[in-house]
Amino acid sequence: MTALTHLQRLEAESIHILREVAAEAKKPVMMYSIGKDSAVMLHLALKAFHPAKLPFPLLHVDTTWKFREMITFRDATARELGLDLMVHTNPEGLAQGIGPFTHGSEVHTDVMKTQALKQALDANGFDLIIGGARRDEEKSRAKERIFSFRTPTHHWNPKDQRPELWRTYNLRINAGESVRVFPLSNWTELDVWRYIRLEGIPVVPLYFAKERPVVARGGQLIMKDDDRFPLAPGEKVEMMMVRFRTLGCYPLTGAVESDAATLDGIIEELETSRSSERTGRVIDHDGAASMERKKQEGYF
Amino acid sequence: MSPAQNTKAAATRPAAIPDSQKTLLRFITCGSVDDGKSTLIGRLLYDSGSLADDQVETLVNDSRKAGRPEGDLDFSYLLDGLSAEREQGITIDVAWRFFSTPKRSFIIADTPGHEQYTRNMVTGASVADAAIILIDARKGVLVQTRRHGYIAALLGIKHLVLAVNKMDLIGWNRETFESIREVYAAFARKLGVETITAIPTAAPTGDNVASKSVNTPWYSGPTLFEYLETVQVETDLQAAPFRFPVQWVNRPSQDFRGFAGQIAGGTVKPDDRVRVLPSGREATIARVVTKDGDLDAGVAGQSVTLTFKEEVDVSRGDVISSIVHPAGVSDQFEATVIWMGDQPMLPGRPYMFKIGAAMVSGSLAQLKYQVNIDTLEHTAARTLTLNDIGVCTVSLDRRIAFDAYAENRDTGGFIVIDRISNATVGAGLLHFALRRSQNIAWQTTSIDKKVRAAAKGQSPCVLWFTGLSGAGKSTIANIVETRLHALGLHSYLLDGDNIRHGLNKDLGFTPADRVENIRRVAEVAKLMADAGLITVVAFISPYRAERQMARDLMEKGEFIEVYVDTPLGVAETRDPKGLYKKARAGEIKNFTGIDSPYEPPEHPEMRIDTTSLTPEQAADRVIEHLRQIGILGGQ
Ligand SMILES: Nc1nc2c(ncn2[C@@H]2O[C@H](COP(=O)(O)OP(=O)(O)O)[C@@H](O)[C@H]2O)c(=O)[nH]1
Repeated sequence: MTALTHLQRLEAESIHILREVAAEAKKPVMMYSIGKDSAVMLHLALKAFHPAKLPFPLLHVDTTWKFREMITFRDATARELGLDLMVHTNPEGLAQGIGPFTHGSEVHTDVMKTQALKQALDANGFDLIIGGARRDEEKSRAKERIFSFRTPTHHWNPKDQRPELWRTYNLRINAGESVRVFPLSNWTELDVWRYIRLEGIPVVPLYFAKERPVVARGGQLIMKDDDRFPLAPGEKVEMMMVRFRTLGCYPLTGAVESDAATLDGIIEELETSRSSERTGRVIDHDGAASMERKKQEGYF
Repeated sequence: MSPAQNTKAAATRPAAIPDSQKTLLRFITCGSVDDGKSTLIGRLLYDSGSLADDQVETLVNDSRKAGRPEGDLDFSYLLDGLSAEREQGITIDVAWRFFSTPKRSFIIADTPGHEQYTRNMVTGASVADAAIILIDARKGVLVQTRRHGYIAALLGIKHLVLAVNKMDLIGWNRETFESIREVYAAFARKLGVETITAIPTAAPTGDNVASKSVNTPWYSGPTLFEYLETVQVETDLQAAPFRFPVQWVNRPSQDFRGFAGQIAGGTVKPDDRVRVLPSGREATIARVVTKDGDLDAGVAGQSVTLTFKEEVDVSRGDVISSIVHPAGVSDQFEATVIWMGDQPMLPGRPYMFKIGAAMVSGSLAQLKYQVNIDTLEHTAARTLTLNDIGVCTVSLDRRIAFDAYAENRDTGGFIVIDRISNATVGAGLLHFALRRSQNIAWQTTSIDKKVRAAAKGQSPCVLWFTGLSGAGKSTIANIVETRLHALGLHSYLLDGDNIRHGLNKDLGFTPADRVENIRRVAEVAKLMADAGLITVVAFISPYRAERQMARDLMEKGEFIEVYVDTPLGVAETRDPKGLYKKARAGEIKNFTGIDSPYEPPEHPEMRIDTTSLTPEQAADRVIEHLRQIGILGGQ
């Protein structure tokens, strides 16, 4: 007898979680953020329900500030796989022209991401929302449950979360309450990449190093993805060999200098030089405690 | 040790194993405060090169700030995220940590060793393959150390490793180490744990953690890393009988009907004969389906989809099982229950039970005993409170497939769910089935409820009056029965005080007794309705859960909940029996509304406001309601 490998065990666990969701939720939805974690989650979901189609739609909250390559990738993926993809943008935010350059990261994230997400969830009455967060992403996520319960106003009450034993999850909720579920909880960033390599899962090309136009700002390298990027006096656009470790709104996502242009290159880079993944997320720099606050407010 | 040296240490370990072969070990770390658990975990992360550069930098800075000499790192800082959260009042049951070495990947369940200890450790241990138990070499085997071993063994962890830590502080004394090991090994044998491995360590310097210590030339066993990298990961389950709890029926079209789940034991391949439980129907496996192609055989741990050659009815919660060694089937069990709810466990109260993918209602009967987890003694107990462990009977409303927990965690472990709040309030381990109810078949009688009711020319129902003491339940119920009698109808009034003189005279007013009180009355009311009577019940019945249980016992539409709504202040001024006065004076304990809760109905069939109606008017309303719903004819 041979033991299952590490990646096989993670895969089997995630599939099990996704099937519990399909069996018990009234109206589930999978958040699709186009990044590597979403790619793996989608891949696992396709495996979980094969040969049936996904028993839930995908939801992308589009802030209108995502990298253009992400949107191209999203639409191509949806088309190729025949996915039921919903895209939601906060109409009020759009009308007011909210954006990170004009209103700052905090307001932008609140209006275009947090509020937009709540709108989409409320309008559709989703009771179970599948997300791609991992416990290794950040120190404060280490104690996160796989299933996270929210009040009817999407608030997260840290004192009211359920113990998770074996693989026996309690998904029962009262009317109006909802659950966030994270099937990749036990995966690390390296696991995700190794699995992408093993399974040949397509990802957005922005993860691979390439010459890209970037501006050094606030200790980060921000890519000039379109003409909405206002240059401050003295700033200039430089072509640099960079890649991204996480993807989001382009003005809020720092690039890292890298030569890793292949999956092997990325994995080797992560194995040797190690800086934590979230250093490239502008939004996190307000400190770890603010992450808790954002979550209590309903940020994913 | 500098990061550079650290990399070298990693490089001296065996050559990397490709991803396609790397295995996973999940383990739990147990220790009392200050035994060095955080330091040890920090050390494991650091020595395996799993820390990010910025984390190492913070570690170096923090250690220097704390006045440590260069190169002397305080690893406990790494996990400090937790203490900050503790101060914010956030409950952490388990913190999960990840690291990998060239040979294996690891997931640590790190359980904070304080207040909620049992609940936390049980949660972490339920998914662990191995446990590291920390001992402060200066203190030896403490009560807590035994507790950790007991819980680990209870939850079925087969590999225990004892890290005898702070060896530097006892001068690396071999005799002390050996005697700790012997004491613990003897204890472990009592728990049924066959082998334990003891390792002498000093966490801050990493002695015998990543590399062999020069301070323990007398020790020839493995370092902690060597142990973790080589301990046999469960392949036992693959040798166990085949078990497949069905999670989801996959039916995309007429041509495909598959059963999706994760194999909980054994192996499965096409042409295997299997038995579907609890129904007992047999079938032949056609395919073991995955998106990557059909498998020649599926093994324990894999998530697959099975199809049958025959058309056999299978639904979520069923267990597809080996025909040679099938799972058991029963609705009554003896089980160990670990209580995790803030409210105590109440024997007789209906709870939901989830075992595998099966969700069943049922209840926990009186406790056989409670286990003192420090002394392992059995003590008598009526209920379990948070973090208590006890053994009792589980009675489910329908039969399920199961195994003893010791045989299979997935088909023998269950969680207990509160029906109102939906919180997970307990965890349980099934031991064996009790044959009692199975041998008592239901005796079918020739004269049934319909016939009895027809003979009386009426439709039976249960009028359930609930409300505070002194609300007016008995008064109104009594008038209602008088009116029914005048109409020539057959009725019976079950009054709380009267029943407590006889059938329920052995019960007091603790929450557990109140639950049993209502359970018995509900059963009696059911018999009376079955006899064709219009049954009137006047009981405080303070808890929603038990009123729901009573409702569930009756036929649909038969249960009429009448909420006699009288504000506490009003009931207290009426105080017909002088009970409120005594309760206020502390002479009566557990008095509803004073020091015991009343949970008002959320959707009663009738609500009677006694501040605006006389008892006669209230009774009229009830009679009118019975007419409207067709229980009474239109005269
Ligand atoms: N001398 C010595 N000190 C230790 C050892 N292990 C831990 N400590 C110290 O004991 C204290 C408590 O350790 P910590 O890891 O925070 O304990 P925890 O409460 O179990 O997580 C810290 O000051 C550590 O540096 C050891 O093996 N030898």
